[in-house]
Order: sequence, then C-alpha cells, then structure tokens
Amino acid sequence: MSSTIKLEIVTPAGKKYSGEIEYLRVPAMDGEIGILPGHTPLVTGLKIGLLEIKKGTERLVIPISEGFIEVTPGNINVVVRTAELPEEIDVERARRAKERAEKRLNGLNGEEVGLEYIDYVRARAALERALARLKAAETNGR
Amino acid sequence: MESMRDIKRRINSVRNTQKITNAMKMVAAARLRRAQELAEKARPFFNKTREILYNVSLYTKDFIEHPLFYDSGGKRHLYLVINSDRGLCGSYNINVIEKARSSFQPDEEISLIVLGRNARDYFRKMDYNIISEYINIPDYPDYWFARRIADELISLFRERMVDRVSLIYTHFNSPISQTAKVIPLLPLTVLDKPEEEEKKNYDYLYEPSPDAVFDVLLPSYINNILYSALLEAKASEFGAVMTAMDSATENAEDLIGELTLRYNRARQSAITTEIAEIVGGAEALK
Repeated sequence: MSSTIKLEIVTPAGKKYSGEIEYLRVPAMDGEIGILPGHTPLVTGLKIGLLEIKKGTERLVIPISEGFIEVTPGNINVVVRTAELPEEIDVERARRAKERAEKRLNGLNGEEVGLEYIDYVRARAALERALARLKAAETNGR
Repeated sequence: MESMRDIKRRINSVRNTQKITNAMKMVAAARLRRAQELAEKARPFFNKTREILYNVSLYTKDFIEHPLFYDSGGKRHLYLVINSDRGLCGSYNINVIEKARSSFQPDEEISLIVLGRNARDYFRKMDYNIISEYINIPDYPDYWFARRIADELISLFRERMVDRVSLIYTHFNSPISQTAKVIPLLPLTVLDKPEEEEKKNYDYLYEPSPDAVFDVLLPSYINNILYSALLEAKASEFGAVMTAMDSATENAEDLIGELTLRYNRARQSAITTEIAEIVGGAEALK
C-alpha cells in the first residue's frame, strides 16, 4: 500500500489544491475525521471548519466551507464552496466579517425580526467561516 | 429636399448613438470575459459533484428512495426561467421565452419562477402563475444567489407543491452563439455516465448515514446546476448584448455613410443653384 494518497480540492472558483498527501483531517458532518492512505471508500458531508493536510514535515491548514468529500482507494476529492490557501487569507477582512456577522446575529437575538431564515443561515455561515479563517491564519503563521 | 442643416443634424445624432452602442459593446465584452472566466472556473466543481453523485448512485440502492428522487407522476410543472433585466440584447430574451412557451405542455398545470425583468413582465401580462420572481440579477451571481433559488425549488418540491421542476436557461456556446435550453431538475433521475469515467466499484461508507449524506449531496448538486446555469446565462446575455451592439454600431456606420452622401449631394446642388443664380444675375446686368 502506498504511503501517500492524491488529494484534490475543488471550489466554484477553480481547483484549489492537487497533490499527494500523507494525512488529511476534515470537519465532517458528525465530527472530525482523519484519513490515511488506504482508508475505506467513503462519502460524507463537510461542515465549515478547518481542513488539515500533512505531508512529510509539512503541515497545512485550510479553512473550508460546507461541501462534501469522497474517498476512493487512490483519491480524495474534496468539493467545497470555498477553500483558502494560506496566502489567500485576508486576516483583516476575516476579522471585519466576523464582527459584521456577530452584529447581525446579535440583532436577531432570539426574535425573528426581519431576518429571513436564509439570512440567518448566511450570517451564521459567514461567522463560522470568518472564525475558521482566523484560526487557520493563526495556525499556519506559527 | 432636406436642407443641409437637417442632414448634418441627423448625422450628428446617429454618430452620438453610435458612440453609445459602441461603448455598450465594449462594456459587454469586458463583462463577458469575466463571466466566461467564472463559468469556466466553476466547471470542474460542477463536474466533480456530478461524478461523485454518479459513482454513488451506481452502487447504492437506497438512493432511489430519497424524496428528491420521488416521481409522483403528477402534472404540476414548475419552470424556472432565467432571463435578463435589460433589453438591447438582440433575441436573447425572446429566445428564452419562446423556448419556455414551446416546452409548456397543454395538459400540465404550469407555475413559474422567473429571473429577470423581461420574463417577469411577459409572463405576468400573459397571466401565468408566477410563484416568485427575482429581478436585478447581479452581473456575476454568487453562490448565495443560487442557493436562495435552489432552496425555494427544493422546498416546493419536498412539500409536494409541485410534481416536477425544469430549468430554462441559455447555454453559452461562444460569444456569437447561444442556445436556449430546457433541463429537467426534479425529480432527480439516475445520471448519465459522465464522460471519460472508468468503471469503479466501491462499496461506499456513508457517515453518518446514507440519507444524511444525500441530504447534503443532492441539494448541493441542484445548487451547483443552478449556479452554473446562472453563470452560463449571464455569459450568454453579455454575448448577446455584444453581438447586438456590434451590429448596431455597424448599422450606424452604414447610415452615416448614406447620410454623408446625401449631405454632399445637397451641398453640391446648393452650389449649383448658387452658381446658376450668379450667372443668371450677371446675364441680367448685361
């Protein structure tokens, strides 16, 4: 069994990552899962969070949005709405997005005033995404 | 006989219009490039989703039992029509409307979700049942725009308010050629085999359960189709605007040519008249 597996991350903005890796950790629907080469074929949904790649001594953390993952014997396909490589993360922007989303959610405060359900989902998603980005930037920066 | 001043005025007016159509053409060309780029970038994403869904559908029998696959056989057909907010785009809008009208079956109970002011005005005037409308579509629609519509479609379908859903949009072949297309969205059917796909036989594990996975996978599939269709439609719209404005600019050029000819003739005849008058005057003095 080979000790690496090919990983591809695709988003609507194009292919974000493609390469051989040794270990992958993703935020799956029902908890984090780790994938090593030789993992059994798997399909599951992904939540907003951090995806972690290990390859030799390299460690890369990528914030992702919701989507899904398919694991086959030779390949891992991650299909998500957004994924940002370290150099693409704009910390300042993420911080602002976090504040904005918090404000919007706080304005809601239990009562469903004016906000449609999708707006709520969207604000939630924005907040989670911003948090994931900030965390990724912090981790990669170390 | 028009006076020289009238002709001159018309030439100027046509020239001004030409400047506008030319500018619109350039703007459309720039937007087209961006829209096309987005559509191309989104393609692998869409193909991958489709590929995964295909692999999964091949080896999972539970799949067919998911509510989004449920074919009630009913006749309440919801059409989602993607059109534009603006005119001046040649036959772009009318092609979509024609396509829609020709796909409506007489025995169906038709309802519509319309995107774009043009289609809305038309179908409203014709007294169709419009469930919802989206106008002022952004030039480069984002994920959330598609998501809003996808959510609406899916919930209408799941609540059995409609029996089937089709999408009518314009497929972008090239900047000068676009085709209006109808694609069935719901109920989902087992997909056609994607191209260049070798036979795989995996017994997939579903975390936490097949149903939970399909609940994520299927709506995103619909969403991805919608998102790509929106991008394609936008690219087509810009292509149509560009072509229309290009021929408008050319027509203006022709018109200017013809008017210039007329202007020169008028000038010539004015000169001739003047000479004749002078000669006549000189004769009279003798």
